[in-house]
Formats: sequence, structure tokens, C-alpha cells
Amino acid sequence: MSLPADPLVVADDVAVNDDRDGQKAPSAVVVRGRRSLVMRRFRKNRGAMVALALLLLLFVAAFLGPRIYEAITGWTYSSQDYSAFLSPPSPDHWFGTTQIGQDVFARTMRGLQKSLLIGLLVALISTTLAAVVGACAGYFGGWTDRVLMWLVDLLLVIPAFLIVAIISPAFRDAGWIVLVLLIAVFAWMITARIIRGMTLSLKEREFVLAAKFSGVSSAGIIFRHLIPNMSSLLIIDATIAVASAIIAESGLSYFGFGIQPPDVSLGNLIADGTRSAFTFPWLFMFAGGLLVATTLAVSVIGDALRDALDPSSSRAGSTK
Amino acid sequence: MGRFLLKRLVNYLVLVIVATTLAYFVASLVLNPRAAYEGRNPPPPAAVVDQQLSAYGVNDEDPLLGRYADWIGGVLLHGDFGMTVNGQEINDQLGSRALVSLRLLIVGSIIGAVLGVLAGVVSAIKKYRPTDRLITAYAFFFIATPVFFTAVLLKYGALSVNNAAGSTLLYYTGYETPGLDAGFFGTLGDQVAHLILPTLSIALGQIAFFSRYQRNAMLDVMNSDFLRTAEAKGLTRRKALYKHGLRTALIPMATLLAYSFGTLAVGATFTEKIFGWHGMGEWVVDSITRNDINVVATVTLFTAIFILISGFLSDVIYAVLDPRVRV
Repeated sequence: MSLPADPLVVADDVAVNDDRDGQKAPSAVVVRGRRSLVMRRFRKNRGAMVALALLLLLFVAAFLGPRIYEAITGWTYSSQDYSAFLSPPSPDHWFGTTQIGQDVFARTMRGLQKSLLIGLLVALISTTLAAVVGACAGYFGGWTDRVLMWLVDLLLVIPAFLIVAIISPAFRDAGWIVLVLLIAVFAWMITARIIRGMTLSLKEREFVLAAKFSGVSSAGIIFRHLIPNMSSLLIIDATIAVASAIIAESGLSYFGFGIQPPDVSLGNLIADGTRSAFTFPWLFMFAGGLLVATTLAVSVIGDALRDALDPSSSRAGSTK
Repeated sequence: MGRFLLKRLVNYLVLVIVATTLAYFVASLVLNPRAAYEGRNPPPPAAVVDQQLSAYGVNDEDPLLGRYADWIGGVLLHGDFGMTVNGQEINDQLGSRALVSLRLLIVGSIIGAVLGVLAGVVSAIKKYRPTDRLITAYAFFFIATPVFFTAVLLKYGALSVNNAAGSTLLYYTGYETPGLDAGFFGTLGDQVAHLILPTLSIALGQIAFFSRYQRNAMLDVMNSDFLRTAEAKGLTRRKALYKHGLRTALIPMATLLAYSFGTLAVGATFTEKIFGWHGMGEWVVDSITRNDINVVATVTLFTAIFILISGFLSDVIYAVLDPRVRV
């Protein structure tokens, strides 16, 4: 494996290499690899660990919760209880019921599941797209660069929210995957620009040149040398993308342009609950609260990752 | 400086044209104005529907380019934005709706940017102290919270305040009391009272957003050599920070300002919808559901021009702050 050339890594690297190349390190000094160093710094950040635990809990609740809940109380997100309309939270309906007797807990968990899935998929697609487009534009240069950057500028100009709002109801039969693609298409451009800039400096580095002269193909250089060396930036970016995708999706669904009934997302639920938020708060507060908890947890984790991956940051503790 | 600004202005004008054109084409290809007539009982004859749609410039059987040329020609030559799908003149509503939206957008963005920058500076100077932690916690919360949640919570808070006070202190529906006759100052006061909550709902998020970036920019500057030099030549810490540090730290904010107006415009859409303001944002959401192509294009043009003006302003600020671009 080549040495990490990520500018964020260099300082940590120097610390590690000094010990390895120089005389025998005093036994009191513990030499840590980069991965364990980052993990250690991340673990030291109490806020981030709480956020991570919360996020895991939300995942478990969203994906296992509905099954367990159905076993205990017998309600699913699509069933209706004709004996309980607008009933407040109770042991029978943990989060209460809606105007037509739907169970709010089952619906909220289903919505959370959709929101988490959409957030993760959008982050995966948009970050991959950003990495590939940015690295190709930077590595090949010339016309490839010009065409790709022109595309980036064009997509940045388009009023994304409006366009997705117009287009997505037209695909209501194709389901939520189209929504994921639409959100992802408008979410990668700024990162791609940053990646391109980093590629421009990375491609002059010795390890890339060595790979090039020993006959590694362009694709090999891009995917095996350039992109892995920008992984810390990509990880941070993906985390941020999860939070913004969840907010974008719920915003679209709030206006009825996102996830279509009978399926639910947190945005739909919040929109339905808004009208009676004062009189029947359980229709609104649970969905809204979980949405905020999710995005908050994701952004705290992203911030802590940034600190842990950044060697010059003093906040995450010393490098040793 | 003039050349720099002129170049930016031309750049923004091209962007406005591209954005509007794209919105028009996408809306024309996807939306179906015919749906407004299909639900009628008895169904109108096809020829009549065609004639009506052609008269409004939204008939999908007329060539798209011709329709676009008619619409954009009307806008550019006569300032005529065409008809809605119900046959009303868009121009009749445009003025009042634009005023309603602009009130919200301008006040919201000024409060958001100014308070956000202040909060960021304070946060950076008081690094890791309780003030910084408080501001950071605030920023994280409001960056993670979508506008539609903040807005409803604010409404809820206002309701509790009003109940506790026994009278309407905070207004949360509409932008003025209908039929109010209280003279100039009475009306003004009434409109300001209506403005408070909606503005808060978008300003809270903007403040959070700006304070994070300003804090980072300020921290970078505080570690720089030129600030140490300024102190070494005899300036006090405070003076050095405000005279040299803040000015440098504000430069990246100017660029950010231009980017943030897009988010602001989308956020204002939620605010308008929730607080019952009849502004541009509410209009565009309703017109997508009503398949109203001309309105969608008009609102896009409005938003693009708003972003153009604010982006241009941020370039002016940039040029004032950073002497390098003036060469």
C-alpha cells in the first residue's frame, strides 16, 4: 500500500514515521497507526459518542421497532384502529393515533426508516459521484475538465428545490428510488470542485507518478491511488450529505412533492401534523423530534470526524 | 474594481437567463395544464380547451420554443408575465406578492447575516468557554432543524404567550390585520408585529449557519502572523482583532452570503406557507400543484433576480474588504 498522501494526514504520518525510521523509540512511547489514532480521538469526544449511540438507537428503532411493536400491540403503519380516533399516547398506541385511527408510532418508525435510507443512499451516490467526477476532471485536465466543470456550474445554477419539486410527482409510480436519484443529482457539485482541487496537487506527487510510469492505467490511478488518499474529506462530506439529504427529502415531502402516500416519510407526517400541532401535539412532535434528533446526531458525528481526522486540531486531544 | 463587478454582473445575468429558461422548459415538459379542464363536468369540448390553453400560452400542442419565445418576449419587451392557468393576469398579483416576500427575505437575511457574524466572532474570541459552548449548541440545533419545524414551534410558543398574556401580543397568521384602519403608523406597527415570528423562523437558521463559518474563519485569523505583528507594534488585542482580524475573517463570509440566499429563498417558502403569507413561495408551491407553467417560470425569474442582486451585493462587499480584487 502506498503511503497516505492526504494533506490532513501528513502531520500524523510524520509522527509515526519518525519513530519507525529513527532509532529505537523509547518503550514508553506508544506508536499508533493512523486508524487507531483517529478512532482514539473520536472516542475521546464525548458528544460524538452520545450522538453515535443515539444514531444507532434510531437505526434499531426504525428497522426493528415496527416488527417488535407489531408483536406487542398488533399495529402496522398501514392498519387502522376504528375504536381509537385521535387518542393520545397510551400503552395501546405508544404515540397515539391519527384522525382516521392510524397508529402514530408505527407510521413514525416507517417514516424514520425511509428518511434514514434516503439519507444514506443520497450520501453514498452523491459522494461517489463527486469523487469520480472531481478526480477525473483534475487528473485528465483539458477538455474533460472543462466539460465536467461546466456541468458542475450549470447544476449549481439550477434552482434545485424547484426542479425536483416539479419533476418528482411525475415519477410517483416509480417509487422513492427516483426521489433519491433526483436529490443526489443536485447534491455533489461543491464537493466535486474541492476534490478536483485536491487531485490537481495530488497528481504531481511521487507515488502517483511512480504508479503512472510503472504502467498503471488511468482508472487504476484514480480509483486505487487518488480517491483513497482523499478518503478523510470524502467521509466528512458523506456525513454532511446524509443530514442535508434527510432535510431536503422531508422538505419535499412536506409540500407533497416527495414520498407519496400510502407510503410515509417524516416530512409527510410533519405536514399532516402541522394543522393540528396545537390541539393534538403527538401528531407532530414525535415525527419532528425524531427528525431533529437524526440530523443533529449526524452533524455532531460529522463535526467530530472532522476534528479527529484533522492533525492540526487541538480540540480532539494530542496525537499520542 | 469596476471591471471586476461588471464581469460578475454579466455572469449573474447569464445565470438568471439559464435558470429561468430551464425552469420554463422543465415545467412545460412535466406539468399538464390540461388537467384543470379535464375534471370539469360537463367536460368542455376539446377545441374550446385547446383555444383557451393557446390563449394563455400553455397549450402543449403548440411548439415549445414558440411558446417560450412568446413568454420571454412579453416579459422583456412589455413587462408582461402572461396569464395563470385560470386566465388571470400574473402582473395583477406579482407586485403585492413580491412585496410580501421581499419584506420577509430582506429583513430575514440582514438579521441573519449580521447577528450570525457577531455570534461567530464572540464564539471565536471566547473559544471553549461557556459562551462559545452555548452558541455552538445553538448553531448545531438550528442547522439540524428544518424551517418547517422551527416555524411551527414558534407558532406554538406564540400561542402560549398570547394565552398567558390574555391578549394577542404575537401574530402568527398573515402579514397584516385585514381591514385595519389605524392610520399610517398604526398600519406600520401592525405589519411589524406580523413580521416578527416569520422573520425569526428563517433568521434563527441563518444566524446558526453564519456563526459556524464566521467562528472558523475568525479562529484561522486569530492564529495568523499579521495579528501578532499588529499587537507587537502596539495595538491592544481588542483593537487588533476588530481592525485587522475581523476584516480579513469577513472576506469568506461575503462569498458565503451569495450561496446562502438560495437556501434562504427555499426556507422562506415554508415560512410563507405556515404563517399564511401570500408571497412568492406560497405561489410557486400552489402553482406546481395547479400545473401553472407561467407562474412557475415567473417565480423562478423573481428568485433568480433576488439571488442576482444579493450575489452582486456580496461581490461589492468582497471588493470593499479585499483590496486584491480591485486591481
